[in-house]
Amino acid sequence: MMHNRLLTVAWGALTLIVAAGSEVVALDGKAVFAERCASCHNATGPAPASLEGVLERKAPDLFYAGSKFNLDWLEQWIQSPSPIRRSGVMFLNHVITEGGKDRINEDTIKACPSKLNAEEAGSVTEYLMALKDPKMRTGVISRDKKFSMAQALRLFTKQYPCIGCHTVKVKENETGGISGPSLTDAGARLNPDWVYARIMDPQYWDPKTWMPKIELSHEKRETLTLFVVSPK
Amino acid sequence: MYRFAAVLGAVIAVAMPSLYDAHAATAQENYRLYCTQCHGITGNGHGINADGLAVSARDHSSAIEMSKLTDEELRLAITKGGEAVTKSELMPPWAQVLRANEIDELVVHLRKLCKCVAAK
Repeated sequence: MMHNRLLTVAWGALTLIVAAGSEVVALDGKAVFAERCASCHNATGPAPASLEGVLERKAPDLFYAGSKFNLDWLEQWIQSPSPIRRSGVMFLNHVITEGGKDRINEDTIKACPSKLNAEEAGSVTEYLMALKDPKMRTGVISRDKKFSMAQALRLFTKQYPCIGCHTVKVKENETGGISGPSLTDAGARLNPDWVYARIMDPQYWDPKTWMPKIELSHEKRETLTLFVVSPK
Repeated sequence: MYRFAAVLGAVIAVAMPSLYDAHAATAQENYRLYCTQCHGITGNGHGINADGLAVSARDHSSAIEMSKLTDEELRLAITKGGEAVTKSELMPPWAQVLRANEIDELVVHLRKLCKCVAAK
């Protein structure tokens, strides 16, 4: 009798330990984010509304990450983060003037120091991908739609000022400015519908972004989007 | 009593603009945020994007170049972009980002940078 009771207690304790163990295994992405990412990334909004706030922002806003990113890219990137903006999160924090010319002091640009393991990355990705902008139109861009590369290049590099700030690959050569994020891997990184929405109204996403809002027809904006997300 | 009203009025007049628009940006702030990426921190046309530009950004510190332009031309270039003044399309239009009074203030700021007066 005594023996049986002991067994029951032991079994109960074992069950508790296993249950507790499995709770640890199923990571809470929001909690991991709070501990490892939230000191630099804003996942609740809003974006800064003044130059001062922009200068203090340490890392890109993520409160609409689920609208902006492709899941696979995000999960990979979190495991081996590397800078996407050659001029840092905000160029003014990294610019130096030498001999009358501005340049970025690359020593001051640090990669995200929070490298997560696969399990942590999976949970954080799940959390971030649920952070969607409720107003963004989806299903606007069909990634496989054919477009004229010649027209896209004309729009991106000549007719509109995109190339001034963004680096793209043109015929295997990287070309363009650096004050905005590089777009050489944008197809893997960004949701085409978000690229379209971002071009349409940059200040909706980030009121103090240094990207201009330019009137464009749907067709031109669609061509620019397809160009940005196309493998180049 | 009248004196009190006058003082109160003055206080409201001073406080109102900042209450009305908590984040009103100065021309200097707008210049740093939007213009220096191409025109440079000192305004000399050598910003961080300058090397990649097919057409050089204008040197705002050059009295010789800037005094050839009227204030209306500067206002038009900022508002509608380079194309509107038959210059490079790489200069974007800022009308949908900056308010008319902010653009006016930028024109004043440009005159300080070039230390020059507008062409007649």
